[in-house]
Amino acid sequence: MNFEMPNLAIALPEILLLTLTSLLLIADTVWSKRCEHCTYWATQITLIVVGLTIYAGFAHETVITFDGSYVRDTLADVLKLFIVVVSIGIFLFSREYLLQNKAYYGEYFVLGLFGVLGMFVMVSAYNLITLYLGLEIMSLALYAMIAMQRHSDKASEAAMKYFVLGALATGMMLYGMSMLYGATGTLELPKIAEVIASGHADAKVLAFALVFIVIGLAFKLGAVPFHMWVPDVYHGAPTAMTLYLASAPKIAAFAMVYRLLWDGLQLALPDWQGMLIILAALSMIVGTVIAIAQTNLKRLLAYSGISHVGFVLMGVASGDAEGFASAMFYIVIYAITSVAAFGMIIALARSGVEFDEIEDFKGLNERNPWLAAMMLFIMFSMAGIPPFIGFFAKVAVIEAAVNAGLLWLAILAVVTAVIGAFYYLRVVKVMYFDKASDTTPLEPLTRELGAAVSVTSVALLVLGLFPSWIMDLCYRSLGLTVVS
Amino acid sequence: MSVGYPILSTLIWLPIIAGVIVLFAGRNNPVLAKWLSLGSAVVTFLLSLPLWFAFDRTTAAMQFVEKFDWIPTYHIQYFLGVDGLSMPLVLLTTFTQVLVIASAWEVIKERVEQYMGAFLIMQGLMTGVFVALDAVLFYVFWEALLIPMFIVIGKWGGPRRVYATIKFFLYTFFGSVFMLVSFLYMYYQAGSFSILDFHNLQLGMTAQILIFLAFFIAFAVKIPMFPVHTWLPDAHVEAPTAGSVVLAAIMLKMGGYGFVRFSLPITPDAAMELDWLVIILSLIAIVYIGFVALVQHDMKKLVAYSSISHMGFVTLGMFVLYDIVQNTGSLQGAQLGIEGAMVQMISHGFISGAMFLAIGVLYDRLHTREISAYGGVVNVMPWFGFFAVLFAMGNVGLPGTSGFVGEFMVILSSFMANPWYGILAAFTLIIGAAYTLWMVKRVIFGDIRNQEVAQMQDLNKREFAIMTALAVAVIALGVYPYPLMDVMHASVEHLIQQAMTSKL
Repeated sequence: MNFEMPNLAIALPEILLLTLTSLLLIADTVWSKRCEHCTYWATQITLIVVGLTIYAGFAHETVITFDGSYVRDTLADVLKLFIVVVSIGIFLFSREYLLQNKAYYGEYFVLGLFGVLGMFVMVSAYNLITLYLGLEIMSLALYAMIAMQRHSDKASEAAMKYFVLGALATGMMLYGMSMLYGATGTLELPKIAEVIASGHADAKVLAFALVFIVIGLAFKLGAVPFHMWVPDVYHGAPTAMTLYLASAPKIAAFAMVYRLLWDGLQLALPDWQGMLIILAALSMIVGTVIAIAQTNLKRLLAYSGISHVGFVLMGVASGDAEGFASAMFYIVIYAITSVAAFGMIIALARSGVEFDEIEDFKGLNERNPWLAAMMLFIMFSMAGIPPFIGFFAKVAVIEAAVNAGLLWLAILAVVTAVIGAFYYLRVVKVMYFDKASDTTPLEPLTRELGAAVSVTSVALLVLGLFPSWIMDLCYRSLGLTVVS
Repeated sequence: MSVGYPILSTLIWLPIIAGVIVLFAGRNNPVLAKWLSLGSAVVTFLLSLPLWFAFDRTTAAMQFVEKFDWIPTYHIQYFLGVDGLSMPLVLLTTFTQVLVIASAWEVIKERVEQYMGAFLIMQGLMTGVFVALDAVLFYVFWEALLIPMFIVIGKWGGPRRVYATIKFFLYTFFGSVFMLVSFLYMYYQAGSFSILDFHNLQLGMTAQILIFLAFFIAFAVKIPMFPVHTWLPDAHVEAPTAGSVVLAAIMLKMGGYGFVRFSLPITPDAAMELDWLVIILSLIAIVYIGFVALVQHDMKKLVAYSSISHMGFVTLGMFVLYDIVQNTGSLQGAQLGIEGAMVQMISHGFISGAMFLAIGVLYDRLHTREISAYGGVVNVMPWFGFFAVLFAMGNVGLPGTSGFVGEFMVILSSFMANPWYGILAAFTLIIGAAYTLWMVKRVIFGDIRNQEVAQMQDLNKREFAIMTALAVAVIALGVYPYPLMDVMHASVEHLIQQAMTSKL
């Protein structure tokens, strides 16, 4: 067996990110007291540099390296770019939150970057071990980040829950992977596909493997009935961590779904499609219905996130490239909207109130009409009301479902969208129609924060008016041709 | 047809941009907000006039067409155009808007810029609904409209405004999502979202029935038809005057427009199969809701129910065509019905708007809409009494007012379809006269009821101007409706041809 030198250039962004993050870890301990904000700025610069590196070497065709365990294709690069952009937003808002809560540690940013690295690995993984590796890098960073406010009971509880259930999920997934290996005799995703195509795989073992893998994915995505951890963790974790948790990792999780179910197990479609349909339907129903009863905005967003995952899974369950493209479009939009929503909570929390209860938004229009309008954008985008981008995300996945002949699922989806509209409307109602219990004007935002809140929220409208480029990007990256 | 500038885009975007400017510039400066809004409304109205004058009356084809790719991934286009069915509704929108802005002049004191901004944005979106020829574009306007209306009712409305506005939003949203699913289904069949392509799409009977029902839910909620009408009285009662005017005069018309733009041409066979459903519900609305109106003691609620009853004529006129053709074989009768329905929509836009504005005038003075709180108003407000009686006569359908034309045409055509339809529909003229005149008697005539009424001031110049504009419109359309019918003639003929061509 001769050793072949892997083509390192393909993994340049990851290598760069790892190097810079490690340097930052050392640098942070050195300059920790003298230059508090250096870590933050270094983090942002790192992300920008990595983003530019990806952009410069943008892959127009699929290349594989590290002995078939690592892939770089258009999809990977597009998803990584989205992860970078979303992460820049996350860190921007997080810093503000950490400063307010006197929990500003450089480690937060370093761990955050490791999380991004894990996501990159997940996105580019082309065999089961690499995938698992990426998932663990990301998860460990997240556990530590949530637990970082160790004096807060709520945060520790959330970290514990997330850790235990996360470990369980990874266990399930790993078990499924091992069975998949048993059934096909290989760890590489394209080879798994080949073996299944040749008909040599044991169908029973394969079905079992599939069940466990889907359970693992559902856990990670937070789909019903594996969603129990989501509201507690979202609620308990400090808002900055919730923001992180609810946005970028979702994009990576989509990548994982795509790599496993499409690159590897495409031919087992009839087996996994049914499971995903059930998960999608349950997530949409349960997420929507339970959200109605919530009074805490973070919990509300957690449940609404569950129903959004249902929509994503509906796209995936359509079982064709268009379906995956629509799901990808949906999840990217969801990540951006999440950043905007939790960012808004962080921005509002400056005045001393945590601003995570719906009641806190009472009369916001009187206190600050601009921020109220931005929150209105976010809520209507989440509800899927045009002209905001959330509408087109919903249209795309519903269209995929109709296309795949899942008309009943599409109808279920629109019905849950109507029910869901109710609780988003309630937030708008509280902001616009109720009298403020606290009429003091809000403390003005810093210029940076004000700009960030405005840009992310207005983006929901602007993207909604011109949705086609981001849609095209998702379609192209899945190898679909786009008429122009 | 062209007039040198993209007229339809202008009519959509000018008010929306003006609305955004008002939101920013009018903060802390209500006077500026008002004048900017009025300026925008007047300019938009003037810019919309070429639609009438440059309109080619000989063709049913779309005119003033604008077409660009918007979302190529899904073949969604920015596709605008008007024909004889939509053009009058666009003009109704721009005309009403001027009055709506003027009506709020002194009444709204809180957050004037948001109020005006909401109405301007709403105007652009309503115009968009009438001129969009791409289904997704149509849907975007249709749904986006809910947002400003939601805010307007919820923020400036009456005591139960929050309940009313959430009900309004969820009812209409629920109705329209099924329409979206059928659009997506048809896109899957036709490969494009163009409404004109949908018109030519061959569909099987099951698909047609399902699509028809999906459309029916969407439009029936909007019109609204019995039994999904319950949001309207609530929304009307709680909405501020201008909100009620926009709702009654324009938003309800979107449902009727939907039937002629989507249901009849896209699913003709299902429409033929299920026309009994629409006709029965229309007759129930006309008769039963008429009786309901009779017992109301809140003026706005009374007019709201009367709106539902009058909109019943619209749906009746649109769906009697199959029976007429079956019974008499005459397409002229069908033409009469649909044109009657269209005239009724425009006329109802004027009359219901006028009625709500008149109630608004009273409300501004006494801050109550209870009929029993008034009496003998004519003694202190002679001019108001004059206009109120005129509009009431229009609401009753007195010959010479616009209300007569549409109702007469619809009743005539429904006699051709089935004499019973005609008798039941004509019956409503009596009920309509009863509830309207009884209200007029109690509010306007008689002795001055109490001290507050005695101190009421007659119309000021602004109110007088608004009332005059509407009075002129009501009488002009009533005396000489020919130009309006002439405009729609070719399009209605085309529509009937589409509705009579089986797709099976």
